[in-house]
Amino acid sequence: MAAIFLGVGAATALSPSNCFDSKKFQLSTRRSLSGRKPWFLVVRSDGSVNLGSNQRSRRTQQLITNAVATKADSAASTSASKQGHELLLFEALREGLEEEMDRDPHVCVMGEDVGHYGGSYKVTKGLADKYGDLRVLDTPIAENSFTGMGIGAAMTGLRPIVEGMNMGFLLLAFNQISNNCGMLHYTSGGQFTIPIVIRGPGGVGRQLGAEHSQRLESYFQSIPGIQMVACSTPYNAKGLMKAAIRSENPVILFEHVLLYNLKERIPDEEYICNLEEAEMVRPGEHVTILTYSRMRYHVMQAAKTLVNKGYDPEVIDIRSLKPFDLYTIGNSIKKTHRVLIVEECMRTGGIGASLTAAITENFHDYLDAPIVCLSSQDVPTPYAGTLEEWTVVQPAQIVTAVEQLCQ
Amino acid sequence: MALSKLSSSSSLSTNILKPLTNSFFLHRPISTDTTPLTIETSVPFTSHQCEAPSRSVETTPKELLSFFRQMATMRRMEIAADSLYKAKLVRGFCHLYDGQEAVAIGMEAGITKKDSIITAYRDHCTFLGRGGTLLEVFSELMGRKDGCSHGKGGSMHFYKKDSGFYGGHGIVGAQIPLGCGLAFAQKYSKDETVTFALYGDGAANQGQLFEALNIAALWDLPAILVCENNHYGMGTAEWRAAKSPSYYKRGDYVPGLKVDGMDALAVKQACKFAKEHALKNGPMILEMDTYRYHGHSMSDPGSTYRTRDEISGVRQERDPIERIRKLILAHDLATEKELKDIEKEVRKEVDDAIAKAKESPMPEPSELFTNVYVKGYGVEVFGADRKEVRSALP
Repeated sequence: MAAIFLGVGAATALSPSNCFDSKKFQLSTRRSLSGRKPWFLVVRSDGSVNLGSNQRSRRTQQLITNAVATKADSAASTSASKQGHELLLFEALREGLEEEMDRDPHVCVMGEDVGHYGGSYKVTKGLADKYGDLRVLDTPIAENSFTGMGIGAAMTGLRPIVEGMNMGFLLLAFNQISNNCGMLHYTSGGQFTIPIVIRGPGGVGRQLGAEHSQRLESYFQSIPGIQMVACSTPYNAKGLMKAAIRSENPVILFEHVLLYNLKERIPDEEYICNLEEAEMVRPGEHVTILTYSRMRYHVMQAAKTLVNKGYDPEVIDIRSLKPFDLYTIGNSIKKTHRVLIVEECMRTGGIGASLTAAITENFHDYLDAPIVCLSSQDVPTPYAGTLEEWTVVQPAQIVTAVEQLCQ
Repeated sequence: MALSKLSSSSSLSTNILKPLTNSFFLHRPISTDTTPLTIETSVPFTSHQCEAPSRSVETTPKELLSFFRQMATMRRMEIAADSLYKAKLVRGFCHLYDGQEAVAIGMEAGITKKDSIITAYRDHCTFLGRGGTLLEVFSELMGRKDGCSHGKGGSMHFYKKDSGFYGGHGIVGAQIPLGCGLAFAQKYSKDETVTFALYGDGAANQGQLFEALNIAALWDLPAILVCENNHYGMGTAEWRAAKSPSYYKRGDYVPGLKVDGMDALAVKQACKFAKEHALKNGPMILEMDTYRYHGHSMSDPGSTYRTRDEISGVRQERDPIERIRKLILAHDLATEKELKDIEKEVRKEVDDAIAKAKESPMPEPSELFTNVYVKGYGVEVFGADRKEVRSALP
């Protein structure tokens, strides 16, 4: 399949560096977070809270482990870093992949047309020539078995990356992902770890039809034992890809078909993004908007309109779909007291539904208004362009929702 | 005179002279005898797209006796598991392997612990063959902490990573792609080892088998797919489930071999042959013609879809332990009594293991949340909101 161009709205509005200058973008990441190690939070049902430090941090000491881009900390002294380089999102994924394959000979890629063809979205272009057929494997069209093979290989210590040409095809491998990938660490009493990464593009694209526009995050979210992350910018795509490969747990990395041609300037030095952290896209005061993947751009577009109208939305890209980063989300809710979730999943049983439940359970006292969740309609994605537009959330709907929420 | 001398000396040092008094020719101590013996398998191998290995199998008295002992242990273990299940100490599913022990034993004899084995849910004996202990088996069956998966897996999830046993899988057929993945990893690391992926005649009709076989043949993976054909997929006989019951031919371009699965020596020969073949030429299919005496699982009496005559017929004519016993007696490697003694020892071992397993404690409640994710993300996990739900059990 040819790469699909991003054509929603004005092209400039959707570049992530629009939110802040690209220079400040780099500096802010280095300055504010160099001392901060990745951590996680356990909130127990009796209210006590545990903080812990991620053991992975000792491996990542030279790296920028936290990739929260904030606007506020831009007034920093110039660092000695190089300017960084511009690239497209699929190139960022490829860079991350290549760096990890260089670093660890156990990393291999398997998927349909990833090798000689270069990948249907060019994420693995050139890798087969560089690493050979044993490390970049073209599989036949047999998702169930090659996902199973990836999991079997991971049981012995290899670190395969399984690419679904389209996330929807991974439904054929659901048994392997759910029963083997998610559960083997548990049922073997900890004997086997499955450091596999399953990635692929999903989401509603350019009139691809119902079967090729699926959002599988809602189906996978209840599988115990896996982690899910969704990337949205070249920066976090590369960072999440690297973190996912290094993680000992099975990680499903959700990409979006329409985001592959996003351009951004990313740092030259090595960095990874924390798999469990959300990204603060735009700090604000009035309402918290939680989103991920492509909807981030619809939200940012709506944010411009909202700012003109006098609202100050706080936009958080949750990135980590399982588990949710309730620390960042919670702090935001405690500040703004209003939540709007904008997602591309179906309304029924989607990520938004889980997030609504999680927020209500944990932060009910801090909410001034009921949580509003804007999701796609519960319909198979139609082919016609106008109908397809109306299955997903549009910026105008986001603006209306915020206005109603802030009354 | 000579007779009285014999009898007097025998009373002084019975151990050394007893064999002399019993049989009138010298006996070497049997347990460490490694003189090679050549024994013919019961039936010749049938092959598909390859040369069948020879019918004559090299073995030693030591090996035959170890076969006997191990198979007796497995048989005893399965029968004990049967009674434990009926006593409601083992719950859920319990799939017993008695009748099929020769496959597990013969395979072990033909390969090393560096080779990998992966099988479906009828895994108790395969686990034992790979070096698992009786205590681990019974503890896991009863859901105790000392089990091989610490009580969290159950009958269908036995694993032993350090000796290359990858389980233990509940979903029919899902272990075959995993097995091809293991073979891929072996090829990737250039280990010169192979993977045996076992499945049943019921699983032979799964699509993922053929998908995995195609990939394995395409990439020349050292994978050997072993169909343990016990002729019944739960309640469905093979002629009702498969259009072509010659499972060893189903690979089409992949060579296959049909083996008498009740003859441990034939299995050993076939596995050795398959290992050599796979390391050079890629995957192979072995079909083990075997039989299970119990039903599919403990909830299946096993007699609604087959006659008791059939079961007892197989038990009389093809029982793997009886075959080894006859071989041992025919070649005078041990006496009847010694074999009976071994069986008694085995019985005692099994009983001891059960007693010890019964004393093993249940897992701690906090174990509910361990090993969901690899440590480093904290022990408690997790739904999307990372909450630990504590409910007080009545």
